[in-house]
Amino acid sequence: MKSKKQVLPRRKTDFKVYMKRYWQLYALLALPLLYLLIFKYIPMIYIQIAFKKYSIVESVWKLPLAKNHGFEYFIKAFKSKDFILALRNTVGLNLLDLVIGFPAPIIFALILNELCFKRFKKVVQTIAYMPHFLSWVIIYGLALQLFAPSTGFINMILNNLGMESVPFLNESRHWVATYAGLGVWQNFGWGSIVYLAAIAGISPELYEAASVDGAGRFKKMWHITLPGIKPTIVVLLVMNLGNILGSNFDRPFALQNNLVMDVANVISTYVYKVGIKGLQFSLTTAVGLFQSVVGVFFLLMANWIARKLGERGIW
Amino acid sequence: MKIKSKSGKIGDWVFVVICLLVSVVCLLPMINLLARSLSSTDALIRHEVYLWPKGWNLEAYSTVLSDVKYIRSFFWTVFLTLVCTLVSLTMTTLCAYPLIFGSLKGRSAINIFITITMFFNAGTIPNYLLMKPLGLLNNPLVLIIPSCMSVYNMIIMRSFFYGIPDSLRESAEIDGASFFTILVKIYVPLSKPVLATLALFYAVGRWNGYSDALMYINEPKFYPLQLLLYNILNNINSVEVATLEGFSAPGLTESLKAAIVMFSTVPILCIYPWLQKYFIHGVTLGAVKE
Repeated sequence: MKSKKQVLPRRKTDFKVYMKRYWQLYALLALPLLYLLIFKYIPMIYIQIAFKKYSIVESVWKLPLAKNHGFEYFIKAFKSKDFILALRNTVGLNLLDLVIGFPAPIIFALILNELCFKRFKKVVQTIAYMPHFLSWVIIYGLALQLFAPSTGFINMILNNLGMESVPFLNESRHWVATYAGLGVWQNFGWGSIVYLAAIAGISPELYEAASVDGAGRFKKMWHITLPGIKPTIVVLLVMNLGNILGSNFDRPFALQNNLVMDVANVISTYVYKVGIKGLQFSLTTAVGLFQSVVGVFFLLMANWIARKLGERGIW
Repeated sequence: MKIKSKSGKIGDWVFVVICLLVSVVCLLPMINLLARSLSSTDALIRHEVYLWPKGWNLEAYSTVLSDVKYIRSFFWTVFLTLVCTLVSLTMTTLCAYPLIFGSLKGRSAINIFITITMFFNAGTIPNYLLMKPLGLLNNPLVLIIPSCMSVYNMIIMRSFFYGIPDSLRESAEIDGASFFTILVKIYVPLSKPVLATLALFYAVGRWNGYSDALMYINEPKFYPLQLLLYNILNNINSVEVATLEGFSAPGLTESLKAAIVMFSTVPILCIYPWLQKYFIHGVTLGAVKE
C-alpha cells in the first residue's frame, strides 16, 4: 500500500462518503476496462465453436456439438499433416530463436560494457537499436535486396568471386538460417537494453575489489558481471521458454514464400490461411485454443522451474 | 579508470573493432538499399550497384512521389499513426492512474482482470468473429480500436507513476484537488518521459503493423503503408507509373522497390534517435515487475 491509509468504510453512509470521493477513479477506469472486456473477454465466448459445428447463420450458443463429444476438430487437426508441420515449425523456429537469438543481446551488452569511449558507445547503441524499429515487411524488403538469387548484394559478391549463388530465401534449410539470422539482427540491440540496465546496477566496489585481487577483464566479466545479471537472464529465459508455442504473425508471414512453406508455415500463419482465408473456423479455433492452453501451461511450468532454481520468477 | 596495462589497452581496441563491425552489419542493408534507390536502371540490370549509387538519379523517388496510391496510403498511415498514438496514450493513462491508489476498493480484482488478458488470448479466429457483430470488418476503425491499449505498456506507465512521490499527491488532496485534477495537473506533466516512450512504442506499432489490415480490411484504399508495401514487394500490386511508361523494365521496379522501402522507413528512423534516453528508461521500467 503506497498511499495513505484510509479507514475502511463499513456502513452504507461510509460507502457513500467513499464513493463521493472515489467515483472519479472508477469513471477513469471505465473506458479501459470496457475495452478489455469487449476485446479480450468477449472473444472467449467464441472459443466454444472449437467444440461445435460452425455455421454462419446460427448464433454460437445454438450450434450443434461436434462429433466425438465435441472433440472432432481437435482430432482432425492432429490428423492433418499441415497442422503437424505448422506445430513442428513453430516449436522448431522458436527453439532456434532461443538458442541463437537469446544469447546475442547478452553478449552484445557485455561487449558494450567494456567500451570506455562514452561517445562511441552511444553511437553504437543508437545504430544497434535501429533494426528494432523496422517492420518485418521492410526487413523482408531489405532481405530481398541483400539475398535475392542473382540480384542480391551478397550473391552478387559471391558471383563475382566465382562462387555459386546461395538460395538464402528460396531453399528450406537456408531459409531457416536466414529467418533466425534476421531475428538476431532485428533484436540483439534492443534486447541488450535490459541487460545494460542490470549491469549498471552492479556495485562498482565489486569491480574495484576484483581489480585489487588482480582479476583481469574476462575474470571480472565471468565472476562479477554475469552473476550480477543472472536474475535478469533467468526471468527473460523463463518468459521465452513459456512462449515456445507462441507464434508471432508478422515475422513468418512477411518472410515466407511458397518455395519454403514446409518449414515456414507456423501456427499463426496456418490459422490465417485455413481459418480466415479457408473459412474453417471450428478447426482453427480448436488449434488456437490448443495453442493458448498449452502456452499458459508452459509459462506456469517455466516459472515453477525458475523458482525451484532459486530465482525470483516472473510473478 | 586507472592507468592501464598494455594488454588492457589492446583489449579496449578489440572491443571497439567488434562494435564497429556490428554497426556495419546493422547499417549495410540500409546503405545498399539507399544506393539502389538512387541508381540508374542500367546499372541495376548490369548488377553493378553495391554500396554506392551508379548513374545517380532521383527517378525512382519522383516516380514514388507521383504515385497516387502510394502517397495516399502514406498520408493515411501518418494520420492513423497520430490518432492511434493519441487514443492509446489516453487509454493507457486512464487505466494506469487509478491503479496506483492503494485505497481504491476492488483494486486487486481489477488487477487480476487486467493481468489475465496478458496470459490468455482467445485466439485469432474468435477475435476475427467478434469484429463482424461490432461492425468493424472492413471498417477503418478496426485499425484503431481493437489495439488501442497494450497492458504491457500500461504496466510500464504504472511503474513510472509509482515512482512519483506520494507526498505530492497527498498535499494536493489536502488542498482539496479532485483525483482528476491531480492527474492532469501533477501526474501528466511529470510523466513526459514515459509518455514520450509509450508514444514511440504505440506509433512504431501502428506504423509497422499490417496483420490487422490484412485480416480485417478488404478495401485497398484503407490499406496502411506496410500492407501496400507487402503487396508491392510480392508483386501483388504493381506500381501504376511503371506501366504508364509503356513497359515495366525490371531494373526500374528494382530501384522503385528500394525507393518505396526507403520512404516507408525514414519517418521512424528520423524520430527514434531523439527519444533514446526516454525509451531506454521505459524498457527498463517494463522489466521491473512488482
